[in-house]
Amino acid sequence: MLEALNLSCARGERRLFSGLNFSLRAGGALQAFGPNGCGKTSLLRIVCGLVAPVAGEVRWEGENIRSLGDEYFGAIAYVAHQTGVKDELNPIENLRIASGVAGHTLDKPEAQAILERVGLSRQRNLQARLLSAGQRRRLALSRLLALRARLWILDEPLASLDDDGAALARNLISEHLGGDGMAIIATHQEMNLSAGQMQRIEL
Amino acid sequence: MFRWIVWRDLILAWRRRTDVLATLFFFVIVVSLYPLGIGPEVQLLRRIAPGVVWVAALLASMLSLGRLFGNDYQDGSLEQILLTPQPVYLLVVGKVLAHWIVSEIPLVVIAPVVGLQFGLSGNTLALIVVSLLLGTPVLSMIGSIGAALTLGLRSANVLVALLVLPLYVPVLIFGAGAIEASIGGLDAKPYLLLQAATLVLSIVFAPWATSAALRISVE
Repeated sequence: MLEALNLSCARGERRLFSGLNFSLRAGGALQAFGPNGCGKTSLLRIVCGLVAPVAGEVRWEGENIRSLGDEYFGAIAYVAHQTGVKDELNPIENLRIASGVAGHTLDKPEAQAILERVGLSRQRNLQARLLSAGQRRRLALSRLLALRARLWILDEPLASLDDDGAALARNLISEHLGGDGMAIIATHQEMNLSAGQMQRIEL
Repeated sequence: MFRWIVWRDLILAWRRRTDVLATLFFFVIVVSLYPLGIGPEVQLLRRIAPGVVWVAALLASMLSLGRLFGNDYQDGSLEQILLTPQPVYLLVVGKVLAHWIVSEIPLVVIAPVVGLQFGLSGNTLALIVVSLLLGTPVLSMIGSIGAALTLGLRSANVLVALLVLPLYVPVLIFGAGAIEASIGGLDAKPYLLLQAATLVLSIVFAPWATSAALRISVE
C-alpha cells in the first residue's frame, strides 16, 4: 500500500502543490491531472524517491520510502518522459540489460516474448536510434513487463503512441491492476482503463 | 548485476568508438608535441618525460569524464539505474571500471610507444606502464566524483577541472616521481607503493562520494 501524507513540492522559488494526501491499495490507480508545469512529474519523482518533498512523506507498507531505500525501489517501476532507452542498443539488448541491471536476468526467449507483446518483434535487432518515438515508448513500456514491479509510476504513458499503441498501454495497465498491481499515472488525457479502482487528483 | 552494467557500458563504448579514440589521440598528440617543440636534446627530454606523460594522461582523463554519466543522464537511463534495488556503490564501480578499460587502458598501452620519443630506456618504459596502470584507475575514480557533481550543468567541463585537478595532484606527483626515479636509476618502489595506496583509498571512498553526488544531480 502506498500512502502520501501532506506532500508539498516546490520547483525553485515556486510552490507547486502542498498538503497533498492520498493512498493506493492493490488494484488501485491514481491519475494526476493538470496542465503543463503544474507539478505532475515532480509528484511522480517524489513518489519514486528521486526527489525529497519540501514537506510531508511518502510511505510504502507503512514505512517512509526514504528509509526503505533499495527495498522500495525493488517494488516500483518508473517510466519517465525520457524513456531511458539507449540509442546504440537494439530493443532486445535494451530490455535484457535494463532487466539485468535491476537484478532480474531475462533470457533471450523471454525478452523476445515481451517484445512480441508490445509489437516490437520485427524491430528487435535494429539499434534504437532507428526507432520512432512511439516505438521507443513501447520499448520503455516493455520494461514494465520485465521488471514485474507492484507499483507502476508512469509519466504520460500515452505520449507519442498511435491508436494501437495507446490501446496496448491501456491493456497492459489494466491487466496489471487486475493482478493486484498499483499505478500512479500523470496524464493530461483520460486513461479510460477497463479495470482497477480509479482515483483522480487535480494539480 | 555488476557484470551487466560493465557489459552494457563496454558495448555502448564500442558502438560509439570515435569518442573513445579521441581521448587516445589527444594523449598521443600532447605527448608527441613536446619533443617536437623542445628539440632533440636527450638530457632535457629525459628530465621532462615523467611530467609530460603524466600531465597528458591527466588531461586526457579529464576530457573523457563527461562521457561517464553524461549520456545516461540525457536519455533518462541514469535515473533508471538509480532506481534499481542494487547498491548504487556497485553500479558506480561497474561504470568506472568500464570507463577505465575503454578510456585509460589504451593510454597505458600506447604510452611506452610515444615514450620512445623521449629517449627512455626499456626499463623506464616498462615502469611507465606500471605507473599508469596503478594511477589511471585513481584518475577515473576521483574523476567520477567530479563528473557526477557537474551533471547537467552548463560549464561542466570547466567545473570538473576545478573540482578534480586538486585531487589529481597527488596522483601526478607519485606517478611522475616513480618514472623520474627510474630514469635516475633509483628504486621506484616507494612511489609505486604510494600509488597503490591511493588506488586502494580511491576504490573504497570515491564510489561512495560519487553515489551521493549522483543522487543530488538527479533531483
